Amino acid sequence: MKALLLRDLRLAFRAGGGFGLALAFFLIVVVLVPFSVGPQSDLLGQIAAGVLWLGALLACLLSLDRVLALDWEDGTLDVLATSPLPLEAALSVKALAHWLTTGLPLVLAAPILGVLLNLPSPAFGPLTLSLLLGTPALSVIGTFGAALTVGLKRGGLLLSMLVLPLYVPSLIFGAEAARRGAEGVATDTPLLFLAGITAGVVALMPFASAAALRINLR
Amino acid sequence: MPDLGKYADTVLSAYAVTIALMLGIVVLSLIKGRRVRAQLQSVEERTKHGD
Amino acid sequence: MSIWEYANPVKFLRVSERVTPWFAWGAGLCLIVGLVWGFFFTPDDFRQGSTVKIIYIHVPSAFLAINAWIMMLVASLIWLVRRHHVSALAAKAAAPVGLVMTLIALFTGAIWGQPMWGTWWVWDPRLTSFLILFLFYIGYMALWAAIEDPDTAADLTSVLCMVGSVFALLSRYAVLFWNQGLHQGASLSLDEEKNVADVFYQPLLFSIAGFVLLFLALVLYRTGTEIRLRRTRALIAREVQHA
Repeated sequence: MKALLLRDLRLAFRAGGGFGLALAFFLIVVVLVPFSVGPQSDLLGQIAAGVLWLGALLACLLSLDRVLALDWEDGTLDVLATSPLPLEAALSVKALAHWLTTGLPLVLAAPILGVLLNLPSPAFGPLTLSLLLGTPALSVIGTFGAALTVGLKRGGLLLSMLVLPLYVPSLIFGAEAARRGAEGVATDTPLLFLAGITAGVVALMPFASAAALRINLR
Repeated sequence: MPDLGKYADTVLSAYAVTIALMLGIVVLSLIKGRRVRAQLQSVEERTKHGD
Repeated sequence: MSIWEYANPVKFLRVSERVTPWFAWGAGLCLIVGLVWGFFFTPDDFRQGSTVKIIYIHVPSAFLAINAWIMMLVASLIWLVRRHHVSALAAKAAAPVGLVMTLIALFTGAIWGQPMWGTWWVWDPRLTSFLILFLFYIGYMALWAAIEDPDTAADLTSVLCMVGSVFALLSRYAVLFWNQGLHQGASLSLDEEKNVADVFYQPLLFSIAGFVLLFLALVLYRTGTEIRLRRTRALIAREVQHA
């Protein structure tokens, strides 16, 4: 399992591996927001938490098809499916690699971009924490979407369409936690629900992903 | 027509949308059904005679 | 005589050909009774005026939007476990009908809300949940359409339906948390006080029955179409092979 993780990380960091793409997208989206809603600081401050969550979520989507597409093309997935390592574990590792190379950098970048959007200062902590708790779920859910659409040409758009509705609960609780943080109100409840969703998803979704991948590998 | 009062537009447009959508799915289902039925018939004829 | 006999496509087609017209006529009858009674022969509501008449189309369509998805879930499970093609095709056939029901619920909900709430759309928990359900229907149909091999498509869409159901439930509660909402309480709850008044209730029952029968008629008919389509493709494939 560790070997698989290291391999995937190395592939992501290589040139053309897509690392940094999600970060760049996140930055671009955040920069575009004031152009679309106007530059008033107080308005930006009000929507900053939500925009950052949304931007992180969309940036996660970008690199999802890479999670499985390359391995599908060169036959690695067939090897993985027949290896002694359970497919569920292999897919969990792939999701972890995705999170380490996409989600985690977004978590670290969010506070910096928060400054651009005039995020109120009490929100920084809750926002970062909510992203830290929520982005792993995004990677795992995204891996499920990738497993469903892995054989398809132009699967990327369908992947986004299938995965975005599944992101709604995490988005609701994550953004709510950040918003409550901004107001200085207690953030325990949404954070707890968010953590619960992530825990459930991380534990159970790999089974669905493996089932979908096995179907596609037939 | 009962006196719908000031909400006439509201109520009528709701019913209009509903009826339109319902008719739409019914008509589309029937069209597809007929088309597929005809296709199956022609393929079945062909394979029966071809064998 | 077990229900599994109808898993045989030929038998299903034979039975559904006979039964569907009854459902269709029954639907027409109930809908006419329910809607005409409700539209012409019920009073206006004290607070909502004549817009209460929208209840006869909004409540049944919302009820079916949800139950159509549940039916698809059950059919998907039956397919995954027992591999009856009729079941998989029934789920595929039901999706567009469920989608239309969701659309009707959304449109009538928004139109009904406009004079009450002052805007064409509010992010009320019920409406928002239906909007999310709409997205799930679209995704399900898109996945069916995107995959060539029918058995693979049936399998993948079944998995999606199951996962989607879990997330739809999750979203329902998340959305409630997110916005406490303006929607009135459940019209059909068992709590007497919250119940819609009797004078509205009876035509509503007819209308719901009509919508249910229409759903059944459409799904039976469409499943028949899917079975024929599958057979056509199989015959064409065999033709190509022999050639």
